[in-house]
Amino acid sequence: MFALALKSFRNRKFTTIFTIVSIALSVTLLLGVERIRKETRTSFTNTISGTDLIVGARSGPIQLLLYSVFRIGNATNNISWKSYQEIARNPNIKWTIPISLGDSHKGYRVMGTNADYFEFFRFAGSRRLELSAGRIFKGVFDAVLGAEVAQALNYHVGDPIIIAHGAGEISLIKHDDKPFNVVGILKKTGTPVDRTVHVLLEGIEAIHIDWKEGAPIPGMSISPDKVLDMDLTPKAITALFVGLKSRIAAFGVQRFVNDYTQEPLLAILPGVALQELWDLIGVAEKALLAVSGLVVVVGLSGMLIALMTSLNERRREMAILRSVGARPLHVFSLIIGESAILTMAGVVIGIVLLYVLLLVGRPVISSGFGLFIAIGGLSKYELLLIGMVCLAGFLIGISVPVFMSRPRPLIRSLT
Amino acid sequence: MSDKPITEPAVAISGLRFSWDGREPVLDIELIRIERGERVFIEGPSGSGKSTLLSLIAGVVLPQKGNIRANGKQIGALSGATRDRFRADHIGFIYQMFNLIPYLSVIENVTLPCRFSIRRRDRAANRSCSFETDAIRLLKKLGMDGIADITKPATDLSVGQQQRVAAARALIGAPEIIIADEPTSSLDKGHREAFIQLLFKECDREETTLIFVSHDTSLENLFDRTIRLDDINSIP
Repeated sequence: MFALALKSFRNRKFTTIFTIVSIALSVTLLLGVERIRKETRTSFTNTISGTDLIVGARSGPIQLLLYSVFRIGNATNNISWKSYQEIARNPNIKWTIPISLGDSHKGYRVMGTNADYFEFFRFAGSRRLELSAGRIFKGVFDAVLGAEVAQALNYHVGDPIIIAHGAGEISLIKHDDKPFNVVGILKKTGTPVDRTVHVLLEGIEAIHIDWKEGAPIPGMSISPDKVLDMDLTPKAITALFVGLKSRIAAFGVQRFVNDYTQEPLLAILPGVALQELWDLIGVAEKALLAVSGLVVVVGLSGMLIALMTSLNERRREMAILRSVGARPLHVFSLIIGESAILTMAGVVIGIVLLYVLLLVGRPVISSGFGLFIAIGGLSKYELLLIGMVCLAGFLIGISVPVFMSRPRPLIRSLT
Repeated sequence: MSDKPITEPAVAISGLRFSWDGREPVLDIELIRIERGERVFIEGPSGSGKSTLLSLIAGVVLPQKGNIRANGKQIGALSGATRDRFRADHIGFIYQMFNLIPYLSVIENVTLPCRFSIRRRDRAANRSCSFETDAIRLLKKLGMDGIADITKPATDLSVGQQQRVAAARALIGAPEIIIADEPTSSLDKGHREAFIQLLFKECDREETTLIFVSHDTSLENLFDRTIRLDDINSIP
């Protein structure tokens, strides 16, 4: 009966192909939504670890988390260098990493920081940043590139780079009077670090020393040589990552920062902020999953309709089969076999399509949204979803003949 | 069954009364008896219940009243599944037109009954060395030679060729009874007689009973006997 079903499909190429395609697309969508949901979470969770608090200018916790860790969006305000110094002196604090954002290089964010960044920053559990070439920055105009920046722009140690003002892809104003030197390239991390150009805070200060209010001061230009002799202590930073001596102190330090009187500041616990973010997008995720579930229902109804229409057209074919000795069970299994083949083909093509799309879409998602999607095997939950689709297809296969087979005189339908 | 005594007729109908879905009765027949190996022409205008009678003989539908024996079996006493099996094993069908499964080749169409009836597959295989070979033998006998023809999709054939393929399919595995429902009405006059002669030749070989239904009375003198449905059916 299986061979018969296959031959019958060949006779109805177009309906068959469209049915399979609609099932395949719906399966791809369902699995894709689930995959992106899961990978987003893993990717976000893996981006920062070992940091107990993040401190920034007062805004929302999610906003602070997004711009400081994920380089999404911009800071509303800065932290003055004085406040930073004062906070860092808190006895409960073990280390701090000051960061300064706001400039970019060919669409990649430039982040000013200090050597502590390479010492204390952790991601994906307890992994630390490692160099794949060169060394970390020492001089004011040294730059350490994330793996993706170096790869995408084909930079090597020793290459000069020009930093542009602002974070946009296209910048009108460039700091082209003070080029930086690539001194090191980091190993791939699968986090936004890969897409960041790291320089010293002093470097950020140096390129803005002859600037005011976001624009060069007319008629004032200080050469790179001269700037090195000047005081390059930063006036402000964007945020700081804080490591505590004991995690128990987290709430105490958080309160200390939030109650800081000199400046409106905000301290967040990354895990808590991330949870808030999940709560926020959880509703959207559920809605998306529900919609893709409905798309699967639509895809399978398409199959139901296709099978029913074809069965109506094929009454004669069925009657011939019955007349040459096919028992109702044979005809039954022919239809169930057909729906099984359609569903299976749809599911398999859907899975293949998912992986093709993931492979093709990964760079786009990575550069567009800063999300790193691992391409792994199918998870248990995904297998469960696939199983449910197959089961639904099988049930449709059973329901079709049940709906259709009203006792109908065999020979009568033939003449 | 071949071990039954030869006196058992191929088909015996008595006291039959039948109506579709409880509507006006269509058939009320006192007696029909068709002997083994007989070639019977059942004649009647369209709508006179010819096809219904064939459905009854084949056990596709059961009568409200009366007795039908086909090939020594009490049709009404068989369960649905057994009737299906009985039909697959012992009865070959040829219809008016569109007899073939369009997406199967000629040879696949002919061997279809062998997929569903082990008895017919074995009988065909015993006759030639495999049931496929027997299908080719039958096709040749019916004037369909050439290997190109038998692997063609069934729909590529002319109507006349299609009917010969359908005949080969009905004959394969030598069922005891062949039921032919207006098989020649889609053929032109010249081909009609030739087709019937080929059918006769093959039926004779296996002592097959042929029940041939048509409204075309010009064919009746080719047959052993004619049953005029209007004469035996007491419902006008």
